[in-house]
Amino acid sequence: MLTDKKIKELRKKANDIRISIIEMLLEAKSGHTAGSLGMTDIFTLLYFHTLKHDPKNPAWEKRDRLILSNGHICPVYYATMAHAGYFPIAELKTLRKLGTRLQGHPHHEYMPWLETSSGPLGSGLSQAVGMALADRMDYGENIRRFIYCLMSDGELNEGNSWEGAMLAGKYKLRNLIAIVDRNNIQIEGHTEDVMPLEPLADKWKSFGWHVIETVGHDFRSLDEALQEAQAIFEKPIVIIAHTVPGKGVSFMERDYKWHGKSPNKEEAEKALQELKANFPKA
Amino acid sequence: MLNPKLKLNPRIFNEEVEQIPIRKGFGEGLLLAGGQNKNIVALCADLTESTQMHLFANKFPERFIQVGVAEQNLVTVASGMATMGKIPFCSSYAMFSPGRNWEQIRTTIAYNDQKVVIVGSHSGISVGPDGGTHQALEDIALTRVMPNMDVVSPCDAIEAKKATLALVESKRPAYLRLVREKTPIITTNETSFELGKSEIYWVPDVGLAQVGIIVTGGLMYRALLAAKELESEGIKTKVMNIASIKPMDEKSILELAREARAIVTVEEHQIAGGMGSAVAEVLAQNYPVPIEFVGVKDVFGQSGTPDELIEHYGMGKDSIKEAVKKVLKRKL
Repeated sequence: MLTDKKIKELRKKANDIRISIIEMLLEAKSGHTAGSLGMTDIFTLLYFHTLKHDPKNPAWEKRDRLILSNGHICPVYYATMAHAGYFPIAELKTLRKLGTRLQGHPHHEYMPWLETSSGPLGSGLSQAVGMALADRMDYGENIRRFIYCLMSDGELNEGNSWEGAMLAGKYKLRNLIAIVDRNNIQIEGHTEDVMPLEPLADKWKSFGWHVIETVGHDFRSLDEALQEAQAIFEKPIVIIAHTVPGKGVSFMERDYKWHGKSPNKEEAEKALQELKANFPKA
Repeated sequence: MLNPKLKLNPRIFNEEVEQIPIRKGFGEGLLLAGGQNKNIVALCADLTESTQMHLFANKFPERFIQVGVAEQNLVTVASGMATMGKIPFCSSYAMFSPGRNWEQIRTTIAYNDQKVVIVGSHSGISVGPDGGTHQALEDIALTRVMPNMDVVSPCDAIEAKKATLALVESKRPAYLRLVREKTPIITTNETSFELGKSEIYWVPDVGLAQVGIIVTGGLMYRALLAAKELESEGIKTKVMNIASIKPMDEKSILELAREARAIVTVEEHQIAGGMGSAVAEVLAQNYPVPIEFVGVKDVFGQSGTPDELIEHYGMGKDSIKEAVKKVLKRKL
């Protein structure tokens, strides 16, 4: 259970991470802003409450596995990991620069404690399915750990996503929890204009998944969704998390044009001012 | 004559030489490896028996994953399993894997450096009557161009079995290229095999070779027949088997080129980007000599029997002989 005190801490942490995201994107001069801000609350809850992991021992064998399938929102991935203690926060400023461990899309070989490399869409879920199957082979019905796969709604256009979903349904992988960032945007516009996904929950259900819908910015309901997911016995679980792209910066919210661009100096200053006002220094 | 050091099949030039599909050697190798190493898992896209994976699947059903007709899923699931310490072998027809799922292999296996073995059976023109859609003539090019990825193309079933066992021990991702048709047995259990190493299967009775013939895969038998006839016509050749296209045994290739100063490459694959191209890359940079390429010349295949197609597309014994004579004339 999340206490009120914990929720307050998480809100502050998410705000700090959003500040880091804006700062690193400004420095990098390119990158994906909207999805990164939209998924910040989910990343914060996972890394600061839900996940079984140890930033001081990233290779800990028993750790939960977290796959980021839509690699382009890696600013939030990197920022959250830095704030959790995986590497220095100062390193975030190297995003997308020559020689950096923080590649424009995640590269496992450069930063070994990313579970996988991603960028080309639609392949993360299948890798998570492979991990869940491997654990099933080794531990049977005993759940050794959960495999979390974070994915975008836009990448559900990819056939590979549904191939993975079908296989997870076939093997009833209850150790697999997918979280879909349902922000309704993709590069060229709104998802329902580019390629309609609805009825999205029905699609997942028909593939044999247990579906939970929730708001992606409310820690208490997100936590309840994750607890429900962990309690389900007979099926893989998908949490369709309704998020606001660009969340936390008023002029970026719900505008698909922020999908694939970074703020300029002026925009970044405005965004940082807004974010910093949320928790004024005492 | 056959290189006596390698203990090759002494009955190879008999009319009734034993013939076994190369893919069968993979099936037997995987079964054997599965008994020795519990981390080996197998995945297939609805072609378990065709790719000979059924031997493993029947013996170790708890370590076999049937993904259905979904080749993109086949390799991405395998990548995920590899991250958890499994050693996945995933099989389909070469046209579909690595044909259809190339980007997934690149990102989640090669770029991600996950040790997965992609097994493409039914490569080459000798797939036969199924026609051009099913004849993978581009798969060596597709795989060898990827960093981190090894490429292995055995010449017979016995070598395929050894290659399978060797790939279990290797640390790198790999593509194993197999042929559907029955192929004459060339090697024996005693013939040495090592990833990254090439061997000379045919040597002149006396003296040095005038032409080096470099072969990969199922055309080795035809290359040996060609070499035998050429020897009786007074043309001395050495025939090298390259099972390991990547990493390539550059040292042995350069030794052969220095001796013969003319090379013919032979493969059931497009000339563009195949094993011959890889050999040419090595020679052009280190010891340029004339090269003739025996392979498919920038066209798609069609239906026919394997023998008809190999002749029609200029990869038979006589085409190899012609290429040898042509390159001899080009020698400086």
